[in-house]
Amino acid sequence: MGPEDSERHRDMSEPGFFSEVVEWFADPLHWEGSFGVPSRLVEHLIMSGVSVLAASILALPVGMYIGHSRRLETLVVSVANLGRAIPSFGLIFLAVLVMGLGLDFPASLRPAALFALTLLAIPPILTNTYVGIQGVDPDTLEAARGMGLTEGQVLRGLELPLAAPLIMGGIRTAAVQVVATATLAAVIGGGGLGRFILDGFATGDDAQIFAGALLVALLAVLTEVSLGLLQRAVSPRTSPGRRREVPEPTPVAGPAA
Amino acid sequence: MSFWNWEWVGTHLDLIGEKLGEHLWLTLLAVGFGLVVSFPLAILAHRRARTYPAITWVTGLLYTIPSLALFALLVPFTGLSTLTAEIGLVSYTLLILIRNAVTGLGGTPEDVKEAARAMGYSERGVLWRVELPLALPVIVAGIRIATVTTIGLVTVTALIGKGGLGALMLGGFRRLYPQIAILVGVALSVALAVAADRVLLWAQRALTPWARRTRSVTAT
Amino acid sequence: MGDTMISLRHVAKRFPGTRTPAVRDLSLDVDRGETVVLVGPSGCGKTTTMKMINRLIEPTSGTIEVDGTDVMAQDPVRLRRGMGYVIQSIGLMPHRTVAQNIATVPRLEGWDDARIDRRVRELAATLRLDEELLDRYPAELSGGQRQRVGVARALAVDPPVMLMDEPFAAVDPIVRAVLQDQFLDIQRRLRKTIVFVTHDIDEAIKMADRIAILNLGGVLEQHAPPEEILREPANAFVEEFVGAERGLKRLALIKVSEIDVDEGPVVSPEDDAEKARALIRDGGFGWVSVLEDGELLGWVDEAMLEGKARVSDATPRRFSAYVTAEDSLRQALDSIVTSRTNVAVVVTEGQRYRGILTLERVSREIVS
Repeated sequence: MGPEDSERHRDMSEPGFFSEVVEWFADPLHWEGSFGVPSRLVEHLIMSGVSVLAASILALPVGMYIGHSRRLETLVVSVANLGRAIPSFGLIFLAVLVMGLGLDFPASLRPAALFALTLLAIPPILTNTYVGIQGVDPDTLEAARGMGLTEGQVLRGLELPLAAPLIMGGIRTAAVQVVATATLAAVIGGGGLGRFILDGFATGDDAQIFAGALLVALLAVLTEVSLGLLQRAVSPRTSPGRRREVPEPTPVAGPAA
Repeated sequence: MSFWNWEWVGTHLDLIGEKLGEHLWLTLLAVGFGLVVSFPLAILAHRRARTYPAITWVTGLLYTIPSLALFALLVPFTGLSTLTAEIGLVSYTLLILIRNAVTGLGGTPEDVKEAARAMGYSERGVLWRVELPLALPVIVAGIRIATVTTIGLVTVTALIGKGGLGALMLGGFRRLYPQIAILVGVALSVALAVAADRVLLWAQRALTPWARRTRSVTAT
Repeated sequence: MGDTMISLRHVAKRFPGTRTPAVRDLSLDVDRGETVVLVGPSGCGKTTTMKMINRLIEPTSGTIEVDGTDVMAQDPVRLRRGMGYVIQSIGLMPHRTVAQNIATVPRLEGWDDARIDRRVRELAATLRLDEELLDRYPAELSGGQRQRVGVARALAVDPPVMLMDEPFAAVDPIVRAVLQDQFLDIQRRLRKTIVFVTHDIDEAIKMADRIAILNLGGVLEQHAPPEEILREPANAFVEEFVGAERGLKRLALIKVSEIDVDEGPVVSPEDDAEKARALIRDGGFGWVSVLEDGELLGWVDEAMLEGKARVSDATPRRFSAYVTAEDSLRQALDSIVTSRTNVAVVVTEGQRYRGILTLERVSREIVS
């Protein structure tokens, strides 16, 4: 498929198309085996989950250290800016150049895809962790230190709980981007829900393209909503009965693919 | 043939230039239309606060839908066309542009607005002569993020036959071009993003001389 | 005076969703060219009252007339351009230079550039703002400078009416005193009709031609010149509000020239030393003033006259402090209690001797 592909147009009011999509979903073949929706969904979730986990393991300690010590702050800004400027679409291909397609690995664990998705997830987690930790009221910190808390106790007992909503917000932003970008793993022969869209492009099956897109969109929205609820749950109570207002997720990096 | 195929790069400068131009054009179009659509909505949300949740809900939903999915949802109707690409790209700019514009417009101190009214500014005058100029740094910050984000997203439109520099990346992967095309595409895309960001920052500083000496943290 | 510029008749304001009205039923006149200071505790509706005059807040009932025209019958935009407005936080536009801020209303009124430029420079001179400040942005000014720019901006089209809401409250006490004096000086020349809001009774006493003391709900407790309010508080509320030191505060309003001063013991250089010694003994001060043709040379005591035949043989010592006829009794009192001799010597221009003020004389003014 290239730029010279013919343009296909379809009338929105055409009744046949939507029934084709419904038929696609109704077809039991699309729900069975390793090419069915459940398998592709699991692949998509494993791929995304592993990447976000890896990014968290890398970014959380670094963000906490920088936020707590106020050293190397420019690193956070640089990573955030770079993360926004590098196209994740290109990052996946660069990863393939370095690591190969990795066809020996399961479809959900292709190293090139995991590498690119992990890099993509780092900036939001790093930035929000840093912002959350360094944003704790300095008077509160001084009072805590004045009462004799150690630096470790300050971090665990004060900075982390107060920063938790923002940190969770970073993980949420990262996860939504990763779930979105994991769709592109199909381009390099990986699994996930993106397969339906890419295979649909290849065969010209509009109904399958549309159905795959609906599934991907639904998963992204569900990720956003469920992690939003989780974010609310980790917000410490600062007044009786009501949870602290959950800060708006800052779109530190734009939507990925 | 090694990876560093500079000879191909040298002989295909016009192809690379053409893709760069297309990339820039798709970006300008998206951010331009994004501004045209978001501005009235931001003014509406600023004037009628009750409309703001609905506006952010819809634009937030558009923002959450993965770009490839959004393009794919449109392809059956608008085909593999620039229109498909632009509908998707414009959709992604809206949340950022509107959120920043509303934050910026709402950031004018009450006393400044009251003083302006007391001097005989009409409500329209307060908006255009006071709130809007003061909101410029935050609005431009939004345009910067939207632009840089769009430059990244344009690459994905390679999958629907557009893509600008993304077409170099996809072509390099599919062996339509040598592999170095991937690196050229990514490098130029990053360079374009950085350059656009710098130019907009410069424009913002030129437009808002009063903010030059005060470092302000802007909501993004 | 007596020519009414601003007139409030049975004005009431009730904000939606509140049980008690901010202003219940207020009638008040402000004469042309006079400064009326609205003062009272927080919640007395003084700011609400002021903002109803330029319709930033619209009254629920009653009428407000400015120069004989009902404000509700006028376009609010036109109405406001005819009134200067200064508030505590000033509200300078941060994206415009000092000169552009001052030029705001002239520009809205369509003045040409040359006229605006002339006016801005004129106002900068009036407010003692350095011309180099004109190209700066508000963020680069000190608090006192910002306040001056705010006043200059309000005066830009020379409006007959000025509304000022705690205009000097945001600056430190020293700068505040300077700004108050400067503004009084400007007002003496311009004779604007001013409605001035403050919670500080001392500022009210200093700035006002008449003070309107408001109680909760905009109840007018007393509307009178400061001196009268201090001398005869209308009721217990006013008495408490003006404070326990009202006698002392009143002294600040009375000039030395307004009261009779005692002559005090005086000799001339030609007089016998013996005469001077007698006056020192009988006068009860322990010294006499030495005058030559009405000019004060200083004072002498018995020790300085010892062995001298004439007063001129001794060298009079200069008084360390004087009080002039233009000073207030409060300043005179200060001079009395800090002087070694417990009197203040009053002179007019050119060291012309007027007499002396004693603690006893000044205290008679406190009780009267």
